[in-house]
Amino acid sequence: MWQLIKIELFKIFRKPRTYIAFAAIAAIIFFVQLAFYIDGEKYVSFMMASVEGSFTLEGNMMNGYFIFFIILQTLLVHVPLLISLVAGDMIAGEANMGTLRLLVTKPVSRASLLLGKFWATSIYTILLLSFMAILGLFGSILLFGTSDLVVFKSDKLLLIDKGDIMWRYFAAYGFAALSMITVASLAFLFSVFAENSIGPIIAAMSVIVLFTILTTMDIPLFNSIKPYLFTNHMLNWKGFFDRPVDTGEVLKSALVLIGHIFFFVSLSLYIFQKKDVLS
Amino acid sequence: MSELIHVESLSKKFGGITAVDDLSFFVSRGEVYGFLGQNRAGKSTTIRMLLTLIKPSDGAIHIFGKNIGTHRKDILQKTGAIIEKRDLYQYLTAFQNLAIISKLSGVRCTQKQLILQLEKVGIAERAHSKVKTFSQGMKQRLGIACALIHNPELIILDEPTNGLDPQGIADVRNLILHLSKQEGKTIFVSSHLLSEIELIADSMLIIDKGRKVAEGKVKDLLNPADTLVQIETANNEMTRRVLQQSQWIHSIQHSEPITLKMHKKEIPSLVKFLIEQNVELLSIQPKHSLEDYFLSLTTSNQYVAAYKNRTL
Repeated sequence: MWQLIKIELFKIFRKPRTYIAFAAIAAIIFFVQLAFYIDGEKYVSFMMASVEGSFTLEGNMMNGYFIFFIILQTLLVHVPLLISLVAGDMIAGEANMGTLRLLVTKPVSRASLLLGKFWATSIYTILLLSFMAILGLFGSILLFGTSDLVVFKSDKLLLIDKGDIMWRYFAAYGFAALSMITVASLAFLFSVFAENSIGPIIAAMSVIVLFTILTTMDIPLFNSIKPYLFTNHMLNWKGFFDRPVDTGEVLKSALVLIGHIFFFVSLSLYIFQKKDVLS
Repeated sequence: MSELIHVESLSKKFGGITAVDDLSFFVSRGEVYGFLGQNRAGKSTTIRMLLTLIKPSDGAIHIFGKNIGTHRKDILQKTGAIIEKRDLYQYLTAFQNLAIISKLSGVRCTQKQLILQLEKVGIAERAHSKVKTFSQGMKQRLGIACALIHNPELIILDEPTNGLDPQGIADVRNLILHLSKQEGKTIFVSSHLLSEIELIADSMLIIDKGRKVAEGKVKDLLNPADTLVQIETANNEMTRRVLQQSQWIHSIQHSEPITLKMHKKEIPSLVKFLIEQNVELLSIQPKHSLEDYFLSLTTSNQYVAAYKNRTL
């Protein structure tokens, strides 16, 4: 299996489209950091406007932890598209090039081929998130320094001591990885059906956009199905920035995401085993 | 020779369309087996079933004496294939493509062995160029290198000369003959270039609309009892008159050019007759090639019954 994963990773990192995601993330992080570096005080003043009369905050509020928190909120909405670019191409791209025939006629089981591709996609997803974390967190710390983190919630303002932040970011990173692997496995599932990668990318993004709309709309009919939508659980990385952390809720969301990954990959396996390769 | 491929009552349906219909044949070890049919006759579908790319609707395939459904890995370990167009990673180099294929085929090759394999097909000097910069002929050569990297016993080639120039076609033909005659490989090759099959195959199968219409040794199939003979003389008008006034009148098929249908054994008698009649014979040419035979079988079924009675 490791041999197959290595082959798939080799192929992924030889494709120019792989680097689009890294370049996009680097550009977004750079522009957010630049914007805060030049004009961050105005943003912070705006955020604080509603609570200015109640109390005063002293210290370096616009620090590296705060900037990365903003970056995470921004990026984790867009990263699914970047992940779908690669995950949606894993099978459909091979079908399009005709190389799926080549793979399926080799003495390797179809299940191994598919799982090799899935693990490689997951590793790519983790590497992309790590790149984002390193550039976003450590880059922001270098530029803006460290201090306590102020988190704006809908009904409260939470102040987290700087010594209590790093583990939250590591935990949030793990949770975000799980969320993004769920997205990757969805695009991967669509990829099994298609013979070019555009279809799976659009299909995966359409599902995410639709589910996100259903998640955010506060209508009783939708509220009843929200617990079953994976998009409802994807943003629960923010749970690690509560005090105290609602471990039960975060764990529940993680299990729902794992369940979705298992379901999407199992379905992909079932379909791929039965698929006639006609490309 | 023992059977290497045994296909029994193979069928494949796509919805309501039958692509392959009750097809049975066997391929002996060490032979070059030609697989002929017009476009959409079911050749590629059959080859894809042999290679487990698609699942049969009915029937059984045994290769190396094992069922393809239950011994897929064992069979594919000893099989190399090129299916229709060259299926290669365009964004990788020839060397990288070959390295990936060798690993997937379960072979551990050193860099030297990989370069040697590329040398065998004449593209070693472009080993580190991306495949997207290759000509069709070079891609085909790399495809062949990939198909042979694990030294397979059985080689399945689907239209291997497609898109090649005359030199490329000759190279592939020589390679097939070398692999078969010198290295004892069994080769199953489909092609629409019938003259190629005529030159390389020991046995052949002709299919039309998914069904077998003929099967046998090429030399037998190309030596049917009746053959068309085309005559060119110094004076064709006189020759026609002479023939029409003789026992040969019933053999005449066309007047221009003069074409007669007869048993091959009768050709010497015809020549003798023409000389006795003082006809200045410029050429006499049997016209029954594989192509004529193939077309006669696949465009109409008029010879099928006769063929079956004769050879099956």
